[in-house]
Amino acid sequence: MAGISDATQMPAGPVVKGKLSRDDILMRGGMMVIALYLIITLALPLYAMLSKSFSTYRVELSQYEFQISDDAGVFDGTILNAEVLNQQTGAIDPAELNTGSDGRLPVTGLFPDFSFRSPVMYQVRNTSDEGRFLVGSTLQDGTDWVTLDSNTFRRVQLRPVKATGFDNFINYFSTPALFNSIKNSLWIAVISTIVTVTLAFWFAYALNRSCMRYKGVFRLIAMAPILVPSLLPGIALVYLFGNQGIAKELLFGASIYGPIGIVIGSIFFTFPHAFMIISTALAISDARLYEAAASLRATRWRTFWTVTIPGARYGLISAAFVVFNLVITDFGLPKVIGGQFNVLAVDIYKQVIGQQNFEMGAVVSVVLVIPAIFAFAIDRLVQSKQVALLSARSVPYQPQPNQRTDLISFIYCAFVGLFIVGILAICQYAALIKFWPYDLSLSLNNYQFDKMDGGGWASYYNSIKLGLFTAVFGTAIVFFGAYLVEKTNGFRTGRALFQMFAMLPMAIPGMVLGLAYIFFFNSPSNPLNVIYGTMAILVICSVTHFYTVSHLTAVTALKQMDREFESVSASLKQPTMKLFSRVTVPVCLPSVLDISIYLFVNAMTTVSAVVFLYSPKTSLASIAVLNMDDAGDIAPAAAMGMMIFYTNAVARIIHLLVSKGVLVRTQAWRTR
Amino acid sequence: MTQHHASDETYLSIDNLWKAFGAFLALKDITLAVKNGEFVCFLGPSGCGKTTLLRAIAGLDLQTKGTVMQGGKDVSNLPPSERDFGIVFQSYALFPNLTIEKNIAFGLENTGRGKAEITARVAELLDLVGLPEQGKKYPAQLSGGQQQRIALARAIATNPGLLLLDEPLSALDAKVRVHLRHEIKELQRKLGVTTVMVTHDQEEALAMADRIVVMNHGVIEQVGSPTEIYREPANLFVADFIGEMNQITSTVTKGGRLSVGEKTFACHEHSFSDGTPVVAAIRPEDIIPHEEGYDADDPNRNCIDVLLHEMEFLGSFWRCRLRNERFGASELIADFSINAVRRLGLGEGRQMVIELPTDRLMAFDRPEAS
Repeated sequence: MAGISDATQMPAGPVVKGKLSRDDILMRGGMMVIALYLIITLALPLYAMLSKSFSTYRVELSQYEFQISDDAGVFDGTILNAEVLNQQTGAIDPAELNTGSDGRLPVTGLFPDFSFRSPVMYQVRNTSDEGRFLVGSTLQDGTDWVTLDSNTFRRVQLRPVKATGFDNFINYFSTPALFNSIKNSLWIAVISTIVTVTLAFWFAYALNRSCMRYKGVFRLIAMAPILVPSLLPGIALVYLFGNQGIAKELLFGASIYGPIGIVIGSIFFTFPHAFMIISTALAISDARLYEAAASLRATRWRTFWTVTIPGARYGLISAAFVVFNLVITDFGLPKVIGGQFNVLAVDIYKQVIGQQNFEMGAVVSVVLVIPAIFAFAIDRLVQSKQVALLSARSVPYQPQPNQRTDLISFIYCAFVGLFIVGILAICQYAALIKFWPYDLSLSLNNYQFDKMDGGGWASYYNSIKLGLFTAVFGTAIVFFGAYLVEKTNGFRTGRALFQMFAMLPMAIPGMVLGLAYIFFFNSPSNPLNVIYGTMAILVICSVTHFYTVSHLTAVTALKQMDREFESVSASLKQPTMKLFSRVTVPVCLPSVLDISIYLFVNAMTTVSAVVFLYSPKTSLASIAVLNMDDAGDIAPAAAMGMMIFYTNAVARIIHLLVSKGVLVRTQAWRTR
Repeated sequence: MTQHHASDETYLSIDNLWKAFGAFLALKDITLAVKNGEFVCFLGPSGCGKTTLLRAIAGLDLQTKGTVMQGGKDVSNLPPSERDFGIVFQSYALFPNLTIEKNIAFGLENTGRGKAEITARVAELLDLVGLPEQGKKYPAQLSGGQQQRIALARAIATNPGLLLLDEPLSALDAKVRVHLRHEIKELQRKLGVTTVMVTHDQEEALAMADRIVVMNHGVIEQVGSPTEIYREPANLFVADFIGEMNQITSTVTKGGRLSVGEKTFACHEHSFSDGTPVVAAIRPEDIIPHEEGYDADDPNRNCIDVLLHEMEFLGSFWRCRLRNERFGASELIADFSINAVRRLGLGEGRQMVIELPTDRLMAFDRPEAS
C-alpha cells in the first residue's frame, strides 16, 4: 500500500486552524516584546546610522536674496542673489558649502563694505521653501523678507539643505587621511591574528597535550586579560616602552606609539578568546586517531600535521576570525597607544567627538561594519561545523608524561604567563608610584580619582551599577527571550526572525552601536530621547551589545532540556510560566549565572559602545581610564584600570562560590 | 475509582484526518473510533505516522484536515491545555529538579485541591504504581522502569479521560519492559481509562492492546483484536509485519487452489479469480510435521515432502529450514516444538513430510515488483 506521499491527494477545503491557548498568546506576545526590544535598540539605531551616512548637507547660496538700504535706511529695490554675490567677491570657498547637519554659514563676507556699526539696513529672505537661515538662534524658514540692522545682520547664518546620496562616501574615499585607515586596520588585525592564534595554539597545545605542572594556574592566567579593558595593556606598554619607559631601549629606536603597540596590546587582550576556542577544539580530539597513527608508525611530526592540525582546524579558523574581529573593532587600545597611526574605530571617535562630523562618523562606521560582519559570518559557519564534530562519540586523548616535552611546554607557558602577568603587574606598580620615573616611592596618591578628570570614584561606582543592572536585566531579557524562541509552538517565521535579530549584535562593533544610539536616541523627534544621557541608555546599550553570546549560552542550555516538558505541563493544564519558574530556570541556573557574570564583566570593561553615550553624571570607570590617560594622568588611569581588574576578579570569585552553593542546594538531583 | 471495562460507546473518534508536512503526507484520510475504556495500540514501522496521529489527538501537532472528537466534544482545533488527557513519553520527561512527589503533584496544583488532599492523592498514586517509599527521591535516583511508573502516575493523577502513551517502554531493558507492560495493562484495566499507546514493538501491542491499529505510510492497514490481526491479517504488509510469515510466490488456479511449483494447495478462502498472481503465506508455527511414511500425495491434505536442511535451537522450539525442488526456489521456515522434534526423531538432512493446514494457508495480493 506504499502510495505516493503527495499533499495533492488531500481533499480541498480549509485547513484546521488551531485555537491558541492562553500560554501560546502569552509566549508569542512575550517574544514579540523582546523582538521589539531588539528592533528598537538595534535595528532602528543602525538604520538611523545608515541613513545618516547617506545624508549630505549643503548650503545652496542661490536660495538666498538680499537687499541693502542707504544710510537713511531706505531700500531702492535692488535684489542681490547670494550666489551672484559670491561669484563677485569669492568670499566663501565652495568647499565650505558642503557641511554637516549642524553647518552654519555667516554671510557678512559677501558684503565687503559691511560694518556692524553702519546705519545701513539689510533685508534677507529665502527664495524657496527649502531654504533656511538663522538670525541669532531664531530659525527663519519662510520666504518673506526679514529686515535687520547691521548689528543683527552680523548674526545671520545660512543653514544647509539635506539631500541623500553617496557624496559622503565619495568624500571619504577621496580623502587619503581617512581611507588609509582601512589599510591600517586590516594590517593590524591580520598581524595580531597571526601572532595571537599561533601563541594561543601552542599554549593550548601545551596544556592539553603535555603532563606539565601548574596547568590550573596557567589556565587562570590565560583568562585574566578578559577582566580588564582593552586599553589597559596600552597603558602598561607606555610604562614599559613609552617615552619614559623602563625598557625603551629594547625597541632600538622604534616607537611603541603606533602599530607595534597596538599589535602587542591586541595580543594581550585577545589571547584568552583565542585560547578558549583552540583549547576546546584540542580537547575534543579523538585518542583513537592517535593510536591509529602510532600503530602505523607515523612520526610525531607527521602525526601533528595529519591528526592534530586537521582536528583543530575549525577551532583555529574560528579563533582567527574572532581575534580579527576583536582587533579591528577595538577602540580603547589604539586610542591609548596608536599615536599618529589611524585606525577605523578611532576615526569614528575623532570624526564624532573631535570634529562633530556625524555624517563622516557614520560613513566610517559603515566601512568598519563590513569586515566585522564578514569575520562574524565566517566564524558562525565554522562554529556550526565544530558542533557537528563534537557530537561524534570520541575517546578523549590522554597525554603521557614525557620529560622533555613537559619541560618545553612549561617553559613556553611560563613565558606567555609572564607576559600577561607582567602587563598587569606593571600597571599595578605604576599605579602605586608617586611620580614616574622621578620619584619611585610608593603612595596611594593616584587613587585620589576625585582630583582628576574622568569622573572620580563616582565613575567607578557607576561602572559597578552598570555591571549589576546589565547582569540582572540582561540575563532576564536574554534568557526569557531564548526560552520563548526555543519553546513557542509554531510561529516559525517569527522565531526565525528573532534568531536572526539575536545574532546581529555580535556583528556590530561597539563604536558603531554607540554612534547609532546617538543618531537614534538623541533625535528630538524620538520620544525615547528621555533616556539619553542616563544610566538606562548605558544599560540598554550594554545588554544589546553583548546579547549574542548570552543568547547562544541560553539556547545551548535550553536545548539540553527535554523537549516534552512543555507538552507534559500543558497536558496537566499548568501554565507554562509555572514550568518556566519551577523547572526551566532552576535546571538552567548554572547557565543563567554564566550569562550574568559574562554581562557584568563586559559591562565593566567596555569602552567602545558607551564612549558616545555617557554623561558627566554617568561616567564609567573604563571611560575614566580613557579620559585620564588622554589628560596625561596615566598613573591614575592605570590605577583605575586595575580597580576594574580586581572588581571583576572578585565578581568571578563570587560567581564561582554562588555557582557552587547553588549547585549544592538546588541541584541535588544531579547527584545520584 | 470504579472498575469498568470497555463499553461499546465511542469515546474518541477520528474522522478523515490528514496531516501534511509541506508536500509530504504523514497521515492520509485516517478514520478511527476508540471505545470508552478501550486500550488501543498504534503499531507500525518507524515513519508510519503513528506518533503523528497520537500528537494530533493530543493537540501537540495539529492535523492539517479532519476532526477529532473526544467524549462527544469536538476538540479538533483545541490546544493541549484545553483537552482532557494525560501523556507519557518515551523519555519520561520527569522534571529533574523536583522530587517524585512534586512531579506527581505538579498537575494537581491550581486545581482547587487542598494541600492535604494533594498529599493524599500523591500517596495513593505512589501506592498504585508500586513505589510507595520513593516520594522524596529525585528522578535521577530511580531506575528507568521506576521513572516510567512515576511518569504514568503523574499522567493519571488528575483522572484524565484519555491516557496517551508514546512508546513508553522503548527505552527500557527487555526484562523490565515485559514486566512493566503487564503492570500498565493491569493499571489501565483497573482504572478503566481509555488508552492509546504508540509502539513499534508488535509483541508489546499483542500483549497489551484490546485492539491494534496497524499503520504504514500514513494509512491504517488493519484494525482488529490481537488475535484477529495475527490470525487473519488483512494484507501482506500486516501478515509480514506481525510475527513471522513464509511467503511463497504462487498463482490462483481452478477451484481457488494455489499453485506452487508443480503442486497445488487448498487454502483459506479468498476472493481472487483464477490466474491471479498471489503470495501464498503461512506462519512457521502453523506447519505440521508428520511421521515417517506419511503419504505426501494425499489429495485431501496439503502435504509435501521436504528435506530438513537446517535446524536452529531457539529455546522453546526448533526453527527448521525446509527445501523441496518441486517448490521452486523458495525455502520454508517451520517452527517445530521440542516435543515434536523428539517424537518424530527429526534431524538435519532428514527427508520428511509436512502439512500446510488449509485454513492457515492464506493468499495475498502479490506486490508489484519495485
